[in-house]
Amino acid sequence: MFTKTTVERVAERHQEWDKLLTKSLAKAPERLERFSTVSDEVIKNIYTPEDISDLDYDHDLGFPGQFPYTRGVQASMHRGRLWTMRQFAGMGGAEETNARFHYLLSHGETGLSTAFDMPTLMGYDSDNPISLGEVGKCGVAIDTLADMEILFEGIPMDKVTTSMTINPPAAILLAMYIATAEKKGVSRDKIGGTIQNDMLKEFIAQKTFMLPPEPSMRIIVDTVEFCTKEVPRWNSISISGYHIREAGSTAVQELAFTIADGIGYVQACVDRGLDVDDFAPRLSYFFNAHVDFFEEIAKYRAARRMWARIMRDRFGAKNPKSMLLRFHTQTAGCSLTAQQPYNNVVRTSFQALSAVLGGTQSLHTNSLDETLSLPTEHAVTIALRTQQIIGEEIGVTNTIDPLAGSFFVEALTNEMESKALAYIQKIDDMGGILKAIEVGFPQKEIADAAYNYQRQIDEGEKVIVGVNKYRMDETLKVDLLTIDPAVERRQHQRLAKVKESRDAARVEACLKAIEDASRGTENLMPYLIDAVKAYVSVQEICDCWRKVYGRYTDPGMF
Amino acid sequence: MNVKKIKVLIAKPGLDGHDRGAKIIARGLRDAGFEVVYTGLHQTPEEIVATAIQEDVDVIGVSSLAGAHMYLFPRIIEILKEKGADDIPVFGGGIIPEDDIPVLLKAGIKAIFTPGSPVDETISWIRNHVG
Repeated sequence: MFTKTTVERVAERHQEWDKLLTKSLAKAPERLERFSTVSDEVIKNIYTPEDISDLDYDHDLGFPGQFPYTRGVQASMHRGRLWTMRQFAGMGGAEETNARFHYLLSHGETGLSTAFDMPTLMGYDSDNPISLGEVGKCGVAIDTLADMEILFEGIPMDKVTTSMTINPPAAILLAMYIATAEKKGVSRDKIGGTIQNDMLKEFIAQKTFMLPPEPSMRIIVDTVEFCTKEVPRWNSISISGYHIREAGSTAVQELAFTIADGIGYVQACVDRGLDVDDFAPRLSYFFNAHVDFFEEIAKYRAARRMWARIMRDRFGAKNPKSMLLRFHTQTAGCSLTAQQPYNNVVRTSFQALSAVLGGTQSLHTNSLDETLSLPTEHAVTIALRTQQIIGEEIGVTNTIDPLAGSFFVEALTNEMESKALAYIQKIDDMGGILKAIEVGFPQKEIADAAYNYQRQIDEGEKVIVGVNKYRMDETLKVDLLTIDPAVERRQHQRLAKVKESRDAARVEACLKAIEDASRGTENLMPYLIDAVKAYVSVQEICDCWRKVYGRYTDPGMF
Repeated sequence: MNVKKIKVLIAKPGLDGHDRGAKIIARGLRDAGFEVVYTGLHQTPEEIVATAIQEDVDVIGVSSLAGAHMYLFPRIIEILKEKGADDIPVFGGGIIPEDDIPVLLKAGIKAIFTPGSPVDETISWIRNHVG
């Protein structure tokens, strides 16, 4: 972006400045011996045109909505439409979560995002002994279509889009969503939303797993194939870095492993015989917004550029929509502190700002109490207002990608990209992401980074305000949301009633059909939709899969 | 003279998959010279107690971040009692709201370490209370 003469002149001035700085530092040294990001990437004292002398505006940045999309995926970005404000919500039973959905929509939220409880996430019903104490605790309990119908009561499913954070049983919940919409007279081509459906990051980081990797991938490809044909507005996989980061990865690792997962899914779909341009436009991404402001912005910008080039050059995509990395962001849950919890509002604001400046398509801002429990209505309102203040009050959305051209941000964007590409090369050399997961490569890298960060905190090298510095005796308490144990009982009763009133022969026939299709190669989705309409439960279908495919258990490395 | 290493079982009860804290503690304890057994994820209280007895551990650390600690932690104590192994002390960690801590202590959990506790705090606690 600069002429050779300009860069040479800057280099001369830089040397002069270095001398000046040396004198100044002789009197008073810098505050730290080493300045680094939260991911421990060393940051220099100043960035100049020298650092981005090779950057080519046309080739590396371009305009928003144009290849390689570094500056954003839409031409008008947030001047056209703000990001979707989508607060992750789910607690207790379907009744409680439905009430929270209505509350959020009435306060200006623009899309829904569903959190399920652990038994649902792992493919167990509420009445399984393994679910004891966990029903409705960290999300909503869904056993059968009867729960889903209550969850979306009064929600216009043709207008509101819904994201569902669900992985091993993702195909089942999608089937339930389709069935619920169809019961309301909304056809499957009119509904919009997302299932997370990203098992690779479960094996790598979040560890909500059920079946071994191979059959997990087969079911995922079935959903992609089905959505491409029948549910065209549905995002079939939300390729997620969020959990990789929460498990303790660095920003580069989050970027690298998430895009490596993306490559894994695209390859699996291509191997099935799907045309990349038919399904790739409906893949979306989900990233973390951690505390290191510029590192995060560089990460989002690098991600877009990497994906665009990978899709065009590696997979031969022709449709520009296949090359767009559209992403949801959630502020970093792991950065919240139980100590002095009101500080979490401030942390979340900066994190959300980095996501917005990084060009996010949708955003969840954590509530101040989420390090302790699910958020109260009061706390979630502040979190939503934070987004509204960023979007409509502070002026950052007046222009697109305002940090482009910053010597530092561009240099950091390049650095994130080259380090992430080196990881991806390594994974390719291992034979792809499934092989890398099998030998525990990403898992080990993340565990090492998490341990390193914890050591830095324990030794005070990294500061967490209120935790290892500026501590105080606290008298301030926040009100927490608790889940009534009656939810578990109500859930048991409802499930028992459903099981009693449904057509047992039809249930058996549906399960037999799923088992046969699972052993064969037919797409499972139509069978799942038939089954959920017959009120077959999440666990009944998952038990069938566990029988056919076996289970995946944690190798327990540390 | 050989001093016997303190043997610790780090366990993840329930369906919750958040293992970052458990793994950091496991590694921190190993680096501090303890012998560490890690159960891996998704263990029932019964399985955890069985492993503790089979491995003949001196102390058990349990971690939970998804809100089921009020059922799972006391249940482990109950089963230890049933098996006559309640001489093995149990400590806990994770997302544990402050109001729950006295209830868990009363149920027989010996100590709770919440987010922000340095690894060293757990190490010294074990050294002072076990062995």
